[in-house]
Amino acid sequence: MMNLALRDIRYNLGRFCLTTAGISLLLIVVMGMGGIYRGLIQEATLIIDRSGADIWVVQRDTKGPFAEVSKIPRNMEYRIAAVTGVRSAEPFISHAVQRDHRGRVLRLTIQGLPDSGAWLPVIRGRALQAGHYEMLADKSAKLPLGTRLKLGKDTYRVVGITDRMNSPSGDSMVFVSLNDALAIQNDTPPEALRGERNARLRRFDRMAYGSTSVDHRETLVSESERPAALPGQQISAVLVKVRPGFDPAEVLRKLRTLPDISAYTSDDERQIMLSGFVARSRRQLLLFRTILITVSTVVMTLIIYTLTLDKLHDIAMLKLIGARNRVIVGMILQQALLIGVLAFGIARFFGQWVYPYFPRRVVLVPFDLLLLFGIVIGISVLASVAGVMKAMRTDAGEVLS
Amino acid sequence: MTPAIIAENLCKTYGRGNISVKALDRVSLTLNTGETAALLGPSGAGKSTLLTMLGLIRQPDSGKIVIGNETVFDDGSRTDIRTFRRKNIGFVFQKANLLPFLSALDNVRLAMEINDVSGREARKRAAELLEQFGLGDRLRFMPKELSGGQQQRVAIARALANRPRILLADEPTAALDSAMGRKVMELLRDAARNHNAGVLVVTHDHRAMDVFDRIWVMEDGKIERQK
Repeated sequence: MMNLALRDIRYNLGRFCLTTAGISLLLIVVMGMGGIYRGLIQEATLIIDRSGADIWVVQRDTKGPFAEVSKIPRNMEYRIAAVTGVRSAEPFISHAVQRDHRGRVLRLTIQGLPDSGAWLPVIRGRALQAGHYEMLADKSAKLPLGTRLKLGKDTYRVVGITDRMNSPSGDSMVFVSLNDALAIQNDTPPEALRGERNARLRRFDRMAYGSTSVDHRETLVSESERPAALPGQQISAVLVKVRPGFDPAEVLRKLRTLPDISAYTSDDERQIMLSGFVARSRRQLLLFRTILITVSTVVMTLIIYTLTLDKLHDIAMLKLIGARNRVIVGMILQQALLIGVLAFGIARFFGQWVYPYFPRRVVLVPFDLLLLFGIVIGISVLASVAGVMKAMRTDAGEVLS
Repeated sequence: MTPAIIAENLCKTYGRGNISVKALDRVSLTLNTGETAALLGPSGAGKSTLLTMLGLIRQPDSGKIVIGNETVFDDGSRTDIRTFRRKNIGFVFQKANLLPFLSALDNVRLAMEINDVSGREARKRAAELLEQFGLGDRLRFMPKELSGGQQQRVAIARALANRPRILLADEPTAALDSAMGRKVMELLRDAARNHNAGVLVVTHDHRAMDVFDRIWVMEDGKIERQK
């Protein structure tokens, strides 16, 4: 039996192509939304996964360093390193900056590296070699090799370009040495340093050391007399690797006995990110996807229904010459499925060219694509229902009208 | 000659409430195989209604219809219409009603394939049929590439594709010029003779009456006279 659906499509090729193109545009967005969600997860857990740390030590009672701010003293790493079972304790410094660079706003997350960063996906240039003033920048920052960027008091030169290294908030990551990251984070203007020094001197002058008078003691504890103090060097977290042969859970338990820190496993950190920051975005993206899929279904239904209405006379003729219902249903259903499948294919094909221009990373995983394909098949079938019902109600006698 | 179709006391009334129109009033006729008959009459006489009843497109209120040896309608009870129609009845209308997305050949072929004729056999027979109608060089033409007369010939070929017992034509020459109209009428007559079918043609066209074996004239839902 000849395929009526394909013959009809060939006859109305322009309309079919436009319809398919329209649906594929919708699917590009639906697919992209799913990809953005996966990208969010990947970006959120990128550093956690890449760091290789077993345990994250952060400020007491915080869920840092990604989900919220965590500040712990620079010297915490030495206390942690002294705990039995700890193989290494490395400071983790990560903070966002926003600068104007050559007429554009540059948002960067500065990450301190305890090593050269040779483990990073460097696609151009090289890893860090000097202890200072070198920088690895992600390609999304659009800072070419050799670019010089002033951060804090110093100027850093881009010596390497990484690929797909974005912070959980989507900012491009740049990597500098730990000391440079600390210097950038703790950059204090000279005026502030001078003001702080003068405040200390004034306070010293007002104090009569050796005196036991009540007035002076009150002066010492008074809030208004508190000395201006610039913070000491602080880091975001300490990354702990457990010595082979030691139980990470036991090391974690020991670290948790320290009164001024909180400690989490990498899995805990990942969960903190996924259940907080990512979960809300996920719900939002899911809502968008649901709306878009509903819109796609409605649009497809309307198109298939309209295509069927245009063919009612032909359908009546088919009935008149004795065509079985499955011939007519098959024609409508096959066209709907073909529109759906082709639109999916076009969306998948063109998506790979379009998605790199999205501001957030889009990661397409086979499971998501397969799921979306299933949904597309489902909505294609659903979309054809109205057309099929109309066709079934069409009477052969309508040929005469 | 054996009867191709027998209609007995067909009645059909349209209307709602107190307003009703008797479209068919106890119409009876017999059309034999190989015979060509014309159904004449003014507009509203019930010609097309009768045709749709005989073609099993619409159902009479009462009466009896026998096609070949099978009683397809008898005061309410009717047979599996679509299958029966597929195998036994061919239609030709004022408009050719060809499927616009199929070529001339495929329009004829489709009717056969719907009737479970294999693809290759259907293609062969469809091509032969169209050649008989002088369209051997137009097999691959789409309907829009054919003239009105050519389209109508394709429609007749399609109607004859499954060797039906009866062929019903509703004003098949209305959209054609007189020469082409006559040619189509002759084709219908030849089809009746060559395919041993009963052909019933509803027409207003009095110019080609000589091609018909019988002529029935309808008025007010009744067959008033027979020529």
